[in-house]
Amino acid sequence: MIDGLVEAIRLAVTRIPDDTVSALQRAYEEEESEIARFNLENILKAIEIGKTESIPVCQDTGTLIFFVKAGVNSPFLGELKGAIIEATRRVTEEVPLRPNAVDILTGRNSGDNTGRGVPVIHWEITEGDEIEVAVLPKGGGSENCSALAMLTPSEGWEGVKRFVVEHLKACGGKPCPPVVLGIGVGGGADYAMGLAKRALLRRLGERNPDGRIAELEEELLKEINALGIGPMGMGGRTTALDVKIEVAHRHPASFPVGLVVQCWANRRAFLRIKPEGRVEVWQ
Amino acid sequence: MAVKLETPLGEEDVLKLRAGDIILLSGTIYTARDSAHRRILSLPREELPFEPEGAVIYHCGPVVRKRGESYKVVSAGPTTSARMNRYLDGILGLGVRGIIGKGGMEVGPFKGRAVYFAFTGGAGSLAARSIKGVKAVHWLDLGIPEALWVLEVEDFPLIVAIDAHGGSLYR
Repeated sequence: MIDGLVEAIRLAVTRIPDDTVSALQRAYEEEESEIARFNLENILKAIEIGKTESIPVCQDTGTLIFFVKAGVNSPFLGELKGAIIEATRRVTEEVPLRPNAVDILTGRNSGDNTGRGVPVIHWEITEGDEIEVAVLPKGGGSENCSALAMLTPSEGWEGVKRFVVEHLKACGGKPCPPVVLGIGVGGGADYAMGLAKRALLRRLGERNPDGRIAELEEELLKEINALGIGPMGMGGRTTALDVKIEVAHRHPASFPVGLVVQCWANRRAFLRIKPEGRVEVWQ
Repeated sequence: MAVKLETPLGEEDVLKLRAGDIILLSGTIYTARDSAHRRILSLPREELPFEPEGAVIYHCGPVVRKRGESYKVVSAGPTTSARMNRYLDGILGLGVRGIIGKGGMEVGPFKGRAVYFAFTGGAGSLAARSIKGVKAVHWLDLGIPEALWVLEVEDFPLIVAIDAHGGSLYR
């Protein structure tokens, strides 16, 4: 199980998912400015080097975030947390990853990407005897552009669009555009942020199954690309590769909107642990 | 056409550059992020482990592999420069002529004395190809990402994103 987790984390930091590579290639073909093309060409080259040399594409290998769907009848539930922490330590040494866990009081770097509350693990109990783990290495530059808005219900969806577009405009080149946006609406402040981050696990181009929300995703994507921020904030047609919205019911008085900004690398990998111990890893 | 530049940079090197120029930088560069900037500005000039006059500072926290006593840079793209805005005037005041980063910075402090070079954020594996070696490392007590790495680069492809004449590419 630890080997499988190590493999999934290695895959996430050294290989950019196919859907993302295709979206970046499309962006490269559509850009006309020399500077936008310089940046996208560098991105595509870096992806290729990461893949062939099995090294981290970006030096910010992020904070490791795990979303676990834990089948109540899996025999491995008890050891999973320890295995995730152990895999994080091993992968930091082996790949290597950059140590990114710093003590909040002393500023001391733990050196192995573990510490209080880190790596971050989100648990969801599900039926059955399998465990599914999603790995999301999250870089600091893009995470610093994540935000929460507590809108009034009267502002509603127009307010969501205004908030997201204005916020992205203010962030400019900081989060490493072209970005992927995860947006969570409803459920309360904490839940909206969680939904937004979870939304990033969806494939690019795959729309929310609710047609009305899917329309909002497309509208927002168009509006953001119309801003002209472009790759790395130096102008261009592609500012976002995709927008993903997840929703929950809301309190009648509240309209919480979580916005999580992901950089172009859009890193992720998945792992399934079967009840007999067999492990499958994919992206 | 890309312009070749070599560190340390002189005032005339910097003044001839314009936003949008593509350059190939060779020579020694120094990495520094938040904590290293704080430390640079807290020390008397003679206690700095590098000569700031004409220096180029790279906003970067590399992934490095240690083999025995030597280090190899594995992946080393730029970090978000805007975090270092508050130190910019002080750093350029020491004679630093160039900053490499991503996302841009305040334009004002660069006027008449320095330029901001951008490399593509996230393209750390590609940037590492321009890094020919680690000459030294200082302040490892700050942690690997925050330490001051002295790097030798060759033909590092960069864009002049903010020039010394008030020009900027950022939207």
